[in-house]
Amino acid sequence: MIISVASGKGGTGKTLVATSLALSLKERESVQLLDCDVEEPNDHVFVKPVFTQSEAVSIPVPRVDEEKCTYCGKCAEVCAYNAIAVTKQKVLVFPELCHGCGACSYLCPEEAISEEGKMIGVVESGCANSLKFAHGRLNIGEAMAPPIIRQLKEHASHEGTVIIDVSPGTSCPVVEAVSDSDFCILVTEPTPFGLNDLILAIETVRQLDIPCGIILNRAGVGDGKTEEYCQKENIPILLTIPLDTEIARLYSRGITLVEGIPQWQESFIGLFDKIKEIVIERGSGTKR
Amino acid sequence: MKEVVVLSGKGGTGKTSIVGSFAALAQSKVLADCDVDAADLHLLLQPVNQQKYDFWSGQIAFIDEEKCTQCGLCQDVCRFDAIRDFKVDPISCEGCGFCSHICPVEAITMKESLSGHWFISGTKYGHLVHARLGIAQENSGKLVALVRQQARQIAEKQGFNYIISDGPPGIGCPVISSLSGANLALLVTEPTLSGIHDLGRVIGVCHHFGVPAVVCINKYDINEDNTHQIETYCLDQEVEVASKISFDNVVTEALVKGLPVVECSQGKVAQQIEKLWQRISCTLVI
Repeated sequence: MIISVASGKGGTGKTLVATSLALSLKERESVQLLDCDVEEPNDHVFVKPVFTQSEAVSIPVPRVDEEKCTYCGKCAEVCAYNAIAVTKQKVLVFPELCHGCGACSYLCPEEAISEEGKMIGVVESGCANSLKFAHGRLNIGEAMAPPIIRQLKEHASHEGTVIIDVSPGTSCPVVEAVSDSDFCILVTEPTPFGLNDLILAIETVRQLDIPCGIILNRAGVGDGKTEEYCQKENIPILLTIPLDTEIARLYSRGITLVEGIPQWQESFIGLFDKIKEIVIERGSGTKR
Repeated sequence: MKEVVVLSGKGGTGKTSIVGSFAALAQSKVLADCDVDAADLHLLLQPVNQQKYDFWSGQIAFIDEEKCTQCGLCQDVCRFDAIRDFKVDPISCEGCGFCSHICPVEAITMKESLSGHWFISGTKYGHLVHARLGIAQENSGKLVALVRQQARQIAEKQGFNYIISDGPPGIGCPVISSLSGANLALLVTEPTLSGIHDLGRVIGVCHHFGVPAVVCINKYDINEDNTHQIETYCLDQEVEVASKISFDNVVTEALVKGLPVVECSQGKVAQQIEKLWQRISCTLVI
């Protein structure tokens, strides 16, 4: 079963939930934690894995053989991203705009374009005791997170439970990370910002046809409108985590909730059992 | 006219609360919400009237079933796995158009897609340009660029001094689009190990694009050891810590009321934010 942890708004507690859920389950079954927030990966700060493998992620960008090129301009014409410009005597490639679709090299009538890999980040994998762990890291200055998330997800274990920590927002990196999940946990806080972004996140997972449930973090701040909304929309609140300075202090020091306050482990196992029930009931659980 | 963009790397450190207060403190400015896939600034600024525009962006492949001979070439060349069973999955399609160029019977056309909306709103604090990217849509970077361009036009036309942008979390495409060419980046962090880790990466992005940065440590008193670590790190990176803001529930209380915190409190936090804006406006003048 693949469970993703998303939120819409940043800083609501995705990392807290993903790490504590993974650690709570690891004694019961095989668990893997994938940190798909490749722009700002943080899970490793908490689970402190030993990395045993590191692989570069690159995207194919065009390389023009000027000896074969006749400056016909076909490559520039077919490029939807303006990543190639052709002048009378020169072809200019802008790798940072290239999406690596391969149209230019395929369609070049002179076969003058080959592709070379441009490194945009890394995927690192290893384990923290019995917890399997992998994350991706986008290089500073690079724009495109989805190819790294795609490669990272190829490391997803085919058995047991996979927990995916997702970046904030609702656009392409979130869609890439959440897609193919059996269930999506949405972590929110009961404030107007939390609710506004939660609604956007719910619309996103609904569009992807993934069942979801809510974790209400920092309960006690803000107002009661998130609970009202969830009730009206018939979305289950699976777990409530109170506003507590002790929890905040643990987080600030890079200590997971279940390691700092072990009683929480039971709540996370209960959370997992509820999710399993929903997934089985819906009949979308993969045979794992 | 000078543009300051507020970034953080890590989400939820307080960017929008600070920008909301800047809106109330600064004179002669336009506000831009560059967090187009989870925009929140309007919840503090309460727009009174709104002009709404379509954001047409990118293209999506469309296969004419009547012309298609199911030869499968499009599926073979698509690197985004967007074509299955001779149908295009609009969410996976990146709009590259490769399939439309190679289809032997010209059954594939590219159609413009409506990817969201953008708005120019009036608020009691001045103009706010903001946007809403469609659900599961791409091109957030392009929409951010559009929001900034519109904010700039308004500022130029009316002779305003500042553009104040609320940026997105992370370091990828929409962040780069919010940052490039700005005069100053204000990086809001918090004294947690995650906050410190993410701050390092966003400082790297500012250096990479040559935008000067200053740091604000929000909720600095929740872990003073970590705050000290951030100060040492910033000193080492030659980045100024322009402000330290205390943790206080008054910020959330203001948010629930839909107001910038400086509008409903004269306490410590409000004073610290006011000082921060003075510091930022001085930095921008130079």
